[in-house]
Amino acid sequence: MSEITPAADGGELVETVAPLPPSPVLRQKSGMWAAGLEDTSGYSGLQRTIEMPGTTARPYGGWFDEVADRMDVLVPGFGTRVLVDRGEITFYVLPEHLVALCQALRDDAHLRFEVCLSVSGVHYPEQVGEELHAVYHLLSMTHNRRIRLEVVVPDGDAHIPSIVSVYPMADFHEREAWDMFGMIFDGHPALTRILMPDDWVGHPQRKDYPLGGIPVEYKGATVPPPDQRRSYS
Amino acid sequence: MKQEFFDPEDLISTGAAGRQYFSQGSDWDDIALEAAERGDETIVVNFGPQHPSTHGVLRLILELDGETVVSLRPAIGFLHTGIEKNMEYRTWTQGVAFATRANYVASIFNEAAYCLAVEKLLGIEVPERANIIRVMMMEANRINSHLVAAGTGGLELGAMSVFMVAMREREVCLEFFQAVSGLRMNNAYIRPGGVAVDLPADGLDRLRDLIRRLEKNLPELAQFANENPIFKSRMEGVAHMDLATCMALGVTGPPLRSTGYPWDLRKVQPYCGYETYEFDAITWDTCDAYGRWRIRLAEMDESVKILKQCLERLEKTQGQPVMVEDSKIAWPAQLALGPDGQGNSNEHIKHIMGESMEALIHHFKIVTEGFKVPAGQVYAAVENPAGELGCHAVSDGGTRPYRVHLRDPGFNHIQALPALCEGALVSDVVPAIASIDPVMGGVDR
Repeated sequence: MSEITPAADGGELVETVAPLPPSPVLRQKSGMWAAGLEDTSGYSGLQRTIEMPGTTARPYGGWFDEVADRMDVLVPGFGTRVLVDRGEITFYVLPEHLVALCQALRDDAHLRFEVCLSVSGVHYPEQVGEELHAVYHLLSMTHNRRIRLEVVVPDGDAHIPSIVSVYPMADFHEREAWDMFGMIFDGHPALTRILMPDDWVGHPQRKDYPLGGIPVEYKGATVPPPDQRRSYS
Repeated sequence: MKQEFFDPEDLISTGAAGRQYFSQGSDWDDIALEAAERGDETIVVNFGPQHPSTHGVLRLILELDGETVVSLRPAIGFLHTGIEKNMEYRTWTQGVAFATRANYVASIFNEAAYCLAVEKLLGIEVPERANIIRVMMMEANRINSHLVAAGTGGLELGAMSVFMVAMREREVCLEFFQAVSGLRMNNAYIRPGGVAVDLPADGLDRLRDLIRRLEKNLPELAQFANENPIFKSRMEGVAHMDLATCMALGVTGPPLRSTGYPWDLRKVQPYCGYETYEFDAITWDTCDAYGRWRIRLAEMDESVKILKQCLERLEKTQGQPVMVEDSKIAWPAQLALGPDGQGNSNEHIKHIMGESMEALIHHFKIVTEGFKVPAGQVYAAVENPAGELGCHAVSDGGTRPYRVHLRDPGFNHIQALPALCEGALVSDVVPAIASIDPVMGGVDR
């Protein structure tokens, strides 16, 4: 992500471009062989790294730059990286700047993202130290634009400031993210379970939580539960 | 591990809660008398989760002062079935069969939002005819869903005839769904890359009949209710929510449009080729339950208008593909509609079992393993009958979704119930719920 620093000689802003950080690695895959390899004996051993799309350098294109510039000016240093992928822009936001950034996004006339449509949790157990992601989808009805904010927190200390004070509609969505992923939204008016019963133990949509199910017998054969069947992923 | 169970008697004995009244075997007069003697100012009433007018298993905890609602707290989750978690253990194509069961009244929209997200991840465009069929199914489903909302909403106010008319016409829509997709509900008809199967031989005739029938019968609803003084007095000025409140609570769909703001994703962020259809985004200016009712009625007429345009286009595109050409994505079985729903066509079975070993391998691989979707995440949104239905899909580059989240408008809108109901009469709670049209399958997923 680019940083804007004041130049030594005057008030002009000078942009210095930092090298792009590496893409987050999702997992290492090993297998026998893959399409494109010369050796199909199966003994060479396939090693493949699965990466999520990482960082996009400027210019982002279209109105993305305009919005990113304005966000940089209003809340300097709010995030770690920006990703433009499949026509959508994602800002990776530091938890400590989230509420100030949301306030700016909602109230600034050039941004005016009035609605936080959803807060969706994603659990990436392979990304050690940044396992839990809270994904916010914002919509600007004034400008007819959508952006995505993503806040990354470690599993052991999953504290994210609540944005309910800025976006009251995030109330249920944050409760769902807590219920399903165990992310703690500090400052939420009543962070209780919403879909699961109050006395439930665990957070069901985390990857380390089993799907459950029993083997089913059908015409003499036994079908294992879905999470124990053969997987090709 | 020691289990502690909740016992209401504990709360009473410790004084943590007020006196509790149980209706079983008691006389209401005694309860009322006892409450009067104790001088309780307010009473707390559980409305639902099995109450017929909560539109499914929604529980509202109402604090009442006489007949006035002092506070309302919605409780949801009674229909949570783990749809999103289950999808992570099936292929991308199988995911459709789960997504469709979220908001079961508007199931085609769930499929559409999910498939649009998967297609965005894949970076593919579906054929023109598939898009036309999707629009046709979505609009027929919009009519269907609005009929349920209008019919049950009317029934709860005592408008039995409105309910009967709505259910009668809904039945026609469901029969059309069955003819096209093989199933009345939970269709799993829209698939990543297109739709499961082309229209049946008599599909266009059925569509023509459907349009003719809806055009003739939909106005009946308006005749029964629009100017009915009882109906109007129960609806007008009830569940008031102005534009500022809608914005603060992220409310979309008919409640937002009842404030006069023409926000309709089909118009402002078109998908599936909606920009090429001629229709209006309906608005009303009263911000109340009556306005939302009128919007639903008018939107059904607009949907019929779109269906007519679909009919024209479907006539012109007969014989064109309804699934992407890429055989690494398209479902290999040419599905056919049998008397018991969707099934593989006999031609296809003959081909893979008797003629081509390669076709059999291909069929087996793509049905059991599925296709790989490049890593990344997207958000796709459609205008569902109740508001914006979004699908946040994350792929890890594998054959199964890494995470799918359905942003159902009902889930978001239930948050608005306290704003709609607090300070109003308890009798207004029922039209307020009906006016935001939550379907618990979508709310709880």
